[in-house]
Amino acid sequence: MADGRTMNGVDRRGLIAAMAGAMLPVPGWARAGDGHAALPFGNGERPLVRYPQKRALIGLTARPPQLETPLALFDGPITPNDAFFVRYHLSDLPLDIDARRFRLALGGHVERPLSLSLAELKRDFPVQEIVAVNQCSGNGRGFFEPRVGGGQLGNGAMGNARWRGVPLRALLDRAGVRAGARQVAFNGLDNPQANGIPDFIKALDVDHARDGEVMVAWAMNGADLPFLNGYPLRLVVPGHYGTYWIKHLHEINVVDAAYDGYWMKTAYRIPDNDCACVAPGGKPDRTRPIGRLNIRSFLTSHMSGAQVAAGKPVALSGIAFDGGSGIARVDISADGGASWRQAELGEDLGRYSFRSWRSAQRLAPGRHRMLVRATGRSGEVQPFDPLWQPAGYMRNVVEAVEVVAL
Amino acid sequence: MKALLPIALLAASGAAAAGYRLPDERPIVLPPGDGAELTAATCSACHSLDYVTTQPRGKGAQFWQDSVGKMIKVYGAPIEPADAERIAAYLAATYGRKEAAGPS
Repeated sequence: MADGRTMNGVDRRGLIAAMAGAMLPVPGWARAGDGHAALPFGNGERPLVRYPQKRALIGLTARPPQLETPLALFDGPITPNDAFFVRYHLSDLPLDIDARRFRLALGGHVERPLSLSLAELKRDFPVQEIVAVNQCSGNGRGFFEPRVGGGQLGNGAMGNARWRGVPLRALLDRAGVRAGARQVAFNGLDNPQANGIPDFIKALDVDHARDGEVMVAWAMNGADLPFLNGYPLRLVVPGHYGTYWIKHLHEINVVDAAYDGYWMKTAYRIPDNDCACVAPGGKPDRTRPIGRLNIRSFLTSHMSGAQVAAGKPVALSGIAFDGGSGIARVDISADGGASWRQAELGEDLGRYSFRSWRSAQRLAPGRHRMLVRATGRSGEVQPFDPLWQPAGYMRNVVEAVEVVAL
Repeated sequence: MKALLPIALLAASGAAAAGYRLPDERPIVLPPGDGAELTAATCSACHSLDYVTTQPRGKGAQFWQDSVGKMIKVYGAPIEPADAERIAAYLAATYGRKEAAGPS
């Protein structure tokens, strides 16, 4: 790459400014520099931004805020609260929530509507904890080829936390779901910034909502939810994309029909086929609401361009997760997929959690295309070729990192 | 003023509420061109301009016509047809061409 050609159309001036050091610019290269990061796709320069309760994160948009986590921060199975990604659709944020006056309402097609204070919620229902990945549907959208419109995310719009709260089932049972209920709709305190923008309301089928795992959480990793992650309450939907994890949750509405608001009926739809994909550039005949996470894995100990010592064991590590079967194995290739070695899996924090992995490998001098591929207990494996869909959701191709052994 | 009031009250009362303060929005200046000011003023009424500047380049004029159209049809943006056309044309000229590499 000494010829200095642009990668994926990245503007050279931005690239050089972002390098802030003598990193080798190889394809897939990305690192945080002084004040900004360069995601490894065209027009991928981003500022590093600081928000209250957050460390410096990659800023995608300011109003509403969207922040992603630098990949190197996924150095363990739990994502710290101050590093956890942020995604909003609506700009009128509830900046002045008073925890003492806050109420969670549960109504609609129920026998006894509820209105609960935070204290009542924490006191009057069984408390549970679950470790689960929250991942944005569009995580990795910036890598789609051909490119698609929407939030141009790298792979940092994901995180894994220990969530504490009450099972939604306990709330629904207290309220008494009436016969004929079909879905449960969820609304947060964030509001549209202008008339005409549909409020962000999502819905789950009643059976899913009552599965005992979907929960209303007030804490992550032992602390109150950070404001930007949904303080004081958010929905946790283990194994499912973040679009359902409503932040600042304050209204739960049981309905006797399929909820048909914009964010269910029109947005967050995927091709209704087995692969949830179409030929690149194509359009699906039919769609369905996005649902479970597909399987993914990442090398996070080394970013593309990293230099390692040749001939000595290199400690490689990273994470893997799927939609809830749990990770069965992770395999690493140091030669672009010609040969594979099984990685050692870390502690099992539950089937919805990141599973850490590690593998020590000796690398011969030269450039190495490192691949990571996870297999779920369900048998699901990551594809070698990316699946494409027009909205840019559900990227899960085997990811590559280029390192140089010297 | 409406938006600032609750924060001011919280500060004055020292209440235990979780007043959260968003950092100031980074100013983003769109590259010069016919319609640049109209585009900046219109789009930033509802969202920060990084929504525009981070989109992939070289997607052609239709991409930007569709984007502006979505803002009007789906999100109810109050944009007159003539303005919408001018904004889409500016965005297509600035970001839509394959070789375009305007400042981000």
